[in-house]
Amino acid sequence: MTVEPILVMQGIRKSFPGVAALKNVQLRLFPGEVHALMGQNGAGKSTLIKVLTGVETPDGGEIRLKGELIQPTCVGEAQAIGISTVYQEINLCPNLSVAENIFIGRFPIRGPAIDWKTIERESQTALAALNIHIDVTLPLASFPVAIQQMVAIARALSTAAQVLILDEPTSSLDEDEVERLFQALRQLKQKGMAILFVTHFLDQTYAISDRITVLRNGEFVGEYAASALSRLDLINTMVGREIDEASYAAETAAQTGSVAADPYVSACGLGSTGTMRPIDLDIYQGQVLGLGGLLGSGRTETARMLFGIDHTDSGTIRVGGEAVKLNSPRKAVQHGIAFCPEDRKTEGIIAELSIRENIILALQARRGIFRYLPKRLQRTIADEYIQQLGIRTPDAEKPIGQLSGGNQQKALLARWLATDPKMLILDEPTRGIDIAAKLEIMELVKAQCRKGLAILFISSEMSEVLRVSDRIAVLRDRQKIGEIAGKDADEQSVFRMIAGAES
Amino acid sequence: MNLSRHINARTLPLIVTSLLFVALFGFGSIAYTGFFSAQVFINLLIDNAFICVVAIGMTFVIISGGIDLSVGSIVALTTMVTAALVEHHHWSIWAVIPLVLLMGAGFGLLMGVLIHAFQLQPFIVTLGGMFLARGLCYVISIDSISITDESYTQIAQYRLMLGEETFISISALIALAVLAFAIYLAQYTRFGRTVYAIGGNERSALLMGLPIGRTKILVYTLSGLCSALGGVLITFYMLSGYGLHALGLELDAIAAAVIGGTLLTGGVGYVAGSLVGVLILGVIQSLIAFDGTLSSWWTRIAVGVLLCLFCLMQRLFERGSQSFSFLFSYWKKPAEPSNNTDQEASKACLTQVTTRTAA
Ligand SMILES: Nc1ncnc2c1ncn2[C@@H]1O[C@H](COP(=O)(O)OP(=O)(O)OP(=O)(O)O)[C@@H](O)[C@H]1O
Ligand SMILES: [Mg+2]
Repeated sequence: MTVEPILVMQGIRKSFPGVAALKNVQLRLFPGEVHALMGQNGAGKSTLIKVLTGVETPDGGEIRLKGELIQPTCVGEAQAIGISTVYQEINLCPNLSVAENIFIGRFPIRGPAIDWKTIERESQTALAALNIHIDVTLPLASFPVAIQQMVAIARALSTAAQVLILDEPTSSLDEDEVERLFQALRQLKQKGMAILFVTHFLDQTYAISDRITVLRNGEFVGEYAASALSRLDLINTMVGREIDEASYAAETAAQTGSVAADPYVSACGLGSTGTMRPIDLDIYQGQVLGLGGLLGSGRTETARMLFGIDHTDSGTIRVGGEAVKLNSPRKAVQHGIAFCPEDRKTEGIIAELSIRENIILALQARRGIFRYLPKRLQRTIADEYIQQLGIRTPDAEKPIGQLSGGNQQKALLARWLATDPKMLILDEPTRGIDIAAKLEIMELVKAQCRKGLAILFISSEMSEVLRVSDRIAVLRDRQKIGEIAGKDADEQSVFRMIAGAES
Repeated sequence: MNLSRHINARTLPLIVTSLLFVALFGFGSIAYTGFFSAQVFINLLIDNAFICVVAIGMTFVIISGGIDLSVGSIVALTTMVTAALVEHHHWSIWAVIPLVLLMGAGFGLLMGVLIHAFQLQPFIVTLGGMFLARGLCYVISIDSISITDESYTQIAQYRLMLGEETFISISALIALAVLAFAIYLAQYTRFGRTVYAIGGNERSALLMGLPIGRTKILVYTLSGLCSALGGVLITFYMLSGYGLHALGLELDAIAAAVIGGTLLTGGVGYVAGSLVGVLILGVIQSLIAFDGTLSSWWTRIAVGVLLCLFCLMQRLFERGSQSFSFLFSYWKKPAEPSNNTDQEASKACLTQVTTRTAA
């Protein structure tokens, strides 16, 4: 390339107590390119972004914007010099209106006051560009996570920045929304903006990016043109050893454990007026039941009904052959059901507590406070799962908030596995988890299943559902439209079923 | 204007509070002769002007996610300093008032700096401030100092006539002016909105590039300033300075804010709500005074019950709005999905998949 890079980071070092998060990392961004920053969970991607935008101070190295040395000390400063960022963690205020979230920090002022009219109008336009049409005066909290993520993106897009940074912006979005985001990004790229993009979805990496920088364990591995790096090579450079998606798939499909004769949980006509039409589901021990369907088809709602979070007004549930009423999560937990929720950020982790405490939480809750788990046992359990799931941390006593996003997700999974449930509901367990860990987690799910666990598996990635499920219940319009055996199913047959071509 | 659009979980507590106030006032008007008059209403303002000003400062602090326990003590200290300077040292009122306002603001500033720079709990820091300010009162004098200064009493007792027989005091006017300015500050300035953002989620506010530190310090400064102004208004009202003035005022201010719809967890609330909260406290007092048979302590009982009810109500509204937002999660779908469009969407998806597998 003959153009000068707009942003150069060189020799960046950053250590946290116990971990060297970045060791001599470099990064170059050119105007008019989309640059993917890739690496496994805990590789240091988010830390690099935080160093660049003044959230963390680097221990060493230099950052140059258009050749000039910069050293932002706070986010506001980075924004002022034209670096606009969507962080991996939530960075919006749920209590403010959507419009306000988009404009706060750079409110237009008219006379002595904030010009609310302009703000509302312009945020509507900003969202419309992403094909979202909502009432921008409502508080952000009244919208689902996917919209919130789009609002965060709209906020970043609407600043006339030179450098746009998106740290896993697509983790809660469905394909449609991702496509709209990509269209917007392509337009910005045309205008000469430099875009840094982090994701764990390889499809997305190849769909949008021009060049790729790979980090591994806080070290810079290489910078490649996207067209010159094959998918397999990318995975191997990220992981640092040979991994073959296909062989994993074959291996897992080959092994199926013994299946119990009677379903552990059997729902009959379970429904809730207004949200879910009556649904029949049988979940067997030793089997994975996948829920297939597009976003909004009622996957999460089904899970929430089974776990007693959402109120049901028709149908019955039998657990182990006995009719029960699951009207609260506590009841469900008592019946050996565990639920790993979709929204890690708000429903999952308790950031101040240590990893050990986070893992042990559900187990202790189930035992009740009077049967306190001895600390030594807690540590053994925590260590076991840290090792099994490959949670990247120096020790179990670190506050979980300091883990990288993907590793938090793994700890959350460990929390529920530790309760030794009879049935486990996994709602999007692989969000924000890197490809190698994803395969490991699916392997783990299979292994647990072989030990006699009943699993309900929900994922928006159909390929993932297909890979782990023994049976797939297909949902559409908040209604079950059929069931396919896992070994007969492929993406096409499921989608054909959803489209109604085969009924 | 579409009114129903403005009724939501945020504004509902405020609306309910206002209705409650109207109901209480209406009840008094029916039950007691002479209650229904403009003067009784204005007296609510006159008698509670100082709580109103203090509660406004407190509202900002609570919205930012903090708490300020020092307000009552700063009020007392202000009355003490004012009375001592005016009575013993014969300072001009125009020198004393700016000085005490500055003192209150400085006190708040100091606490704000401690809270921000050392990441200390606002509860603890302002608790310290509370003891300190209250203690300082007694350094000046153990006894009450009454103010007899001519020019001071003149201002204090000035009555602005509104029509034939209703009048309003300077204090009430000041309280209204402060309210108007506070509403402007909260709704129409960057500072105000940053306060809300910090209360909503401080980490997010930081990542959005907002000036967290400055805003937090300013919030406590503002609260200190309001407390000092409240203290000045008390000297107008009581014409004395005393270390036991405004005992427990911080709790009244918090109660007024909560009854006015401000959430103690921060991020949600309206300044105007606190005025209504104060008026409700006032009207309960008036009702009990008009009744004549109940002891004034019944005010406390009524406030206690109200507080519990309001917290309960806020929680219920929140729940309500949650199930409400749940309906929104189908934002992509029309209310009654026609089969047609849906099939098209699925087909579009299907073609995507086929092309991908083909590639
Ligand atoms: N505030 C912190 N304190 C201590 N350690 C931290 C902190 N933030 C990050 N780390 C550590 O730095 C390493 C890199 O984390 P980072 O969040 O940059 O990973 P990442 O590449 O973004 O991963 P992911 O894909 O999971 O988001 C991790 O080992 C993490 O535990
Ligand atoms: Mg990250």
